[in-house]
Amino acid sequence: MQNILAIWQREIKSYFVSPIAYVVLTVFLFLSGFFFFSYLNQVIQATMMQAQFGQGSQPIDVPGIIFKSLLQTTSVVLLFIVPMLTMGLFAEEKKRGTIELLLTTPVGHFQAIAGKYLASLTFLLILILTNVITILPLFLHGQPDWQPMLSGYLGMFLYGMTLLAIGLFISTLTENQIVAVMATFGVSLALFVIESFSASATGVAKSVIDYLSVMSHLEDFIKGVIDTSHIIYYVTFAFVGLFLAYRSLESMRWKN
Amino acid sequence: MIEVEHLSKVFNGRKAVDDVSFYVGKGEVLGFLGPNGAGKTTTMRILTCYMPSTEGTARIAGYDVFEESLEVRKRIGYLPENPPIYPEMTVDSYLNFVAKIKGTPAGQRMAQVDKVVEECSLGDVRRRIVGRLSKGYKQRVGLAQALLKDPEVLILDEPTIGLDPKQIHEVRTLIKGLASTRTVILSTHILPEVSMTCNRVVIINKGKVVAMDTPEGLAAQMKGAERIALIVDGPSEAIREKIHAIEGVISIQATDEKEGRPTSFAVECQLDTDLRPVLASTIVSQGWGLLEMRGVSMSLEDVFINLTTQEPTEADSSRR
Repeated sequence: MQNILAIWQREIKSYFVSPIAYVVLTVFLFLSGFFFFSYLNQVIQATMMQAQFGQGSQPIDVPGIIFKSLLQTTSVVLLFIVPMLTMGLFAEEKKRGTIELLLTTPVGHFQAIAGKYLASLTFLLILILTNVITILPLFLHGQPDWQPMLSGYLGMFLYGMTLLAIGLFISTLTENQIVAVMATFGVSLALFVIESFSASATGVAKSVIDYLSVMSHLEDFIKGVIDTSHIIYYVTFAFVGLFLAYRSLESMRWKN
Repeated sequence: MIEVEHLSKVFNGRKAVDDVSFYVGKGEVLGFLGPNGAGKTTTMRILTCYMPSTEGTARIAGYDVFEESLEVRKRIGYLPENPPIYPEMTVDSYLNFVAKIKGTPAGQRMAQVDKVVEECSLGDVRRRIVGRLSKGYKQRVGLAQALLKDPEVLILDEPTIGLDPKQIHEVRTLIKGLASTRTVILSTHILPEVSMTCNRVVIINKGKVVAMDTPEGLAAQMKGAERIALIVDGPSEAIREKIHAIEGVISIQATDEKEGRPTSFAVECQLDTDLRPVLASTIVSQGWGLLEMRGVSMSLEDVFINLTTQEPTEADSSRR
């Protein structure tokens, strides 16, 4: 446990002494604010149109619409950001040779992975909290339903957790951070857009594609539905990523 | 303390380490000597459980490096070829981190860090960022890291590289001081280092052990003949003939010959004979000018070059 904590602490510090944390946070906050504003504008225009044409009988859930759109966009933004959080986890250690220190001290592979993964999860949590700040005005000027928001953020966290695990695994494969970023981005994007093939597929293929898509599982959360099957999907995916990372580290000690 | 038996490591069909066996007793300092690419680092990486061997076994303190890697890792301090530093950390926080992952209890951590900082004279740079330190300091931070938690076995890959002469001296003294209670393996290609710090030397070339002995033993073992260097003023052909005729002279070679200038010779004589008086009187009686004469003993350097530049078959026979 001491080892996990030590590695977690070192990783968090290294995020914040390097420019990565600040650049990522700034860009993320800016994009959140930007999209929040643009969705707000759209909703305002829509309500004005409605008022003009006299269809005001059906009230619009303004905060709900803004929140859902914002979260969907955020999930796309995370596709770009997660690879940057995971690229260095192992690739950088390999490049600097500090992996030699890590693997020749009594730190186990599991502890090394756990410490680093927890650090990246912590950063994800910070990102999500900044996103909460962005939507605070909704609470100042209205009474939005907070339960779907909570489930939306839970889904976002699970979704990020999966992407982080994939990124962590890819980071163990290379000592080049650019390679790690691109590969992680590629794999995540593939899992994201795979949904588009669903329409043309039939039978088993369709259900497999539907199941694999990271996005389709997020939608229910954003709507406010917490379904255990989605939680299982994300947790399984994250577990597979971490397991592969574990095997990948171990393979360095395999005999031919 | 360290037993290595028939260790081999193959990388893509190339044998980096080839059937290496040696033994290091408790409290010994073993020097691992060899040209670049001889397999020193690979052997050390196998000993520290960083990579597995292809064949053979290695045991540290009775634990197999492959089967009982955790027990081995608890007992070693390792300084890799490049000091494993996190450039963004301060020296203090770095050493604290290493102390933590080595499992030092929280209460002893400060004292441990203070101790290695003292030993490696890092006091002035404790709060500096490791990445901004000079090569010599980085190397010492790496060494300090290896010394943390007082490991029984120290494995140091070129510990004095990048240090200035004063620091080299300090590090050697430090290693010697540690040796009384600990077992040390250090690799180097600096020869005086070996004769100064090590009890025993393993010379390795192209993955194979070509010699193993004490530094003095190695020099003696290699010394098949006495050598005398001469500078004589006179006709070089005649000198050569005359000296070669002396009993006990195996060969004579001109090492520096120029028209109208005294000639330098290297004379090889049979072991345990001192031919210097005979040589002197012969030269003087011929009326030539004896400008210089001195006995040449073979240094560790000669042994090293001898062993690592010969063909493998010859190297094998010289070992026997």
